[in-house]
Amino acid sequence: METKKTSLYQLHQDCNAKFVEFAGYHMPIQYSEGIVEEHKFTRNHSGIFDVSHMGQLFIYGGEELIKDLEKIFPLDLKNLKLNHSKYSFLMDKDAGIQDDLIITKIDEGFLIILNAACKDNDFKILKELLKEKYKMFLDENRSLIAIQGPKSSQILNEVVDGVKDLNFMSGNWFLFDNQKVYITRSGYTGEDGFEISIPNNFAEKLTRELINKGSKLAGLGARDTLRLEAGLCLYGHDLDKDKTPVEANLKWAISKERISKGDFIGSDIIIKQLNDGVTKIRVGIKPEGRIIAREKTKIFNQSNVHIGEITSGTFGPSVNGPVAMGYVENEFSKKNTKVFLEVRGKKYAANICSLPFYKKSYVKGVNQ
Amino acid sequence: MSEVKYSKEHEWIKLEGDVATIGITKHATEMLGDIVFAELPEKGSNVEKDGTAGVVESTKAASDVYTPVSGEVVDTNQEIVDDPSKINQDPENSAWFFKLKIKDKSEMDSLMNKDDYDKFAKENNT
Repeated sequence: METKKTSLYQLHQDCNAKFVEFAGYHMPIQYSEGIVEEHKFTRNHSGIFDVSHMGQLFIYGGEELIKDLEKIFPLDLKNLKLNHSKYSFLMDKDAGIQDDLIITKIDEGFLIILNAACKDNDFKILKELLKEKYKMFLDENRSLIAIQGPKSSQILNEVVDGVKDLNFMSGNWFLFDNQKVYITRSGYTGEDGFEISIPNNFAEKLTRELINKGSKLAGLGARDTLRLEAGLCLYGHDLDKDKTPVEANLKWAISKERISKGDFIGSDIIIKQLNDGVTKIRVGIKPEGRIIAREKTKIFNQSNVHIGEITSGTFGPSVNGPVAMGYVENEFSKKNTKVFLEVRGKKYAANICSLPFYKKSYVKGVNQ
Repeated sequence: MSEVKYSKEHEWIKLEGDVATIGITKHATEMLGDIVFAELPEKGSNVEKDGTAGVVESTKAASDVYTPVSGEVVDTNQEIVDDPSKINQDPENSAWFFKLKIKDKSEMDSLMNKDDYDKFAKENNT
């Protein structure tokens, strides 16, 4: 299959992007200033990310759809207010994570943002589970632009009036150039920010205006270091079918009310793990010194017993040091537990730590 | 001034007497991106031509640093270990990696001069 281009491809080229193939798309890994500068600019000012490769799944339906989706997602969807968003996952019957996602209640249905590499399979699974009862489609005619960082609210508000009044994890329809755009106050960098769903033909115009107001393009490289510092999971690395939400330390995202009923796909395993505990769990890992422990690095305890593996690891530009996440046997998951990481045949000391590595500055709503 | 030579693995080497200073080229740093970690060979150790003699890491990935000639490591540049961003700033000068007392000067013969290397780097833009 031919590698796809997003509607910002030309703009990326004009901005000297270095491209990589990611989930079947030509995506910018970085621009001329490089990952570290793009990362820092996002943390201190405002960065724009083209995330148009991600799936935008629209599903329309009423009460029955809510009931059907509650059989799939461990969320209290009947009480999810219009234009509010929740983080969740698509699980298999063993509670293995097939994808992680953001679901937003919109007029007459839901908008679900899916990972690029998973979206086609997710669509297939959902279509089967929902028995083709509802109108649903992956919208290829819309781009998804994220603007992240402390100055983003002010910058985006100059271009789309009113967005500054959105609360964290909520959204609404706005107008840009007479086009309907759906904007949520959300993101995946640990910063205040927005994600903008916009018709493809207007994505470049919007992005250029944001650049003119002082924001800068940042690539997938910076997105990765930002999300890792923020302790956020990357599907295919920190999450996959062999890991459950409880093992991934994401039980906060599972509705307590829904656990008490236990009537969603994977609920048997989730309830069992919540009651009996898990054997492995996701933790933050901070290497001592400067050594970077990448994905698949083996983790050992003080007696040199193999107790786990790194799932994401890099250098955190804002932390100014190496950061990592991984899964360890539960008994070694306590904060400050000393572990050893095997890098290029040598063992290096590290400590289990709490996440995030970098403190968030999300804007909380007055009602939350 | 002594001549600087270049390897296909994108190291530069400058020979003064029987001591060679080795680092990575500007082209290599541009390919790697922001360098955030550097590991150097131990002082007093012996390294073999084309063997691994260090590691550099960008935010994205780790890459081995090879030595273009054999010899004994007589000095290493601790400054780039403490602040690896110096490698991006001045790769072919102050951000040298290590110095070798070289065994066999004829190992220099197979290396490229600046013109040949620039041409090679342009053709192998990976």
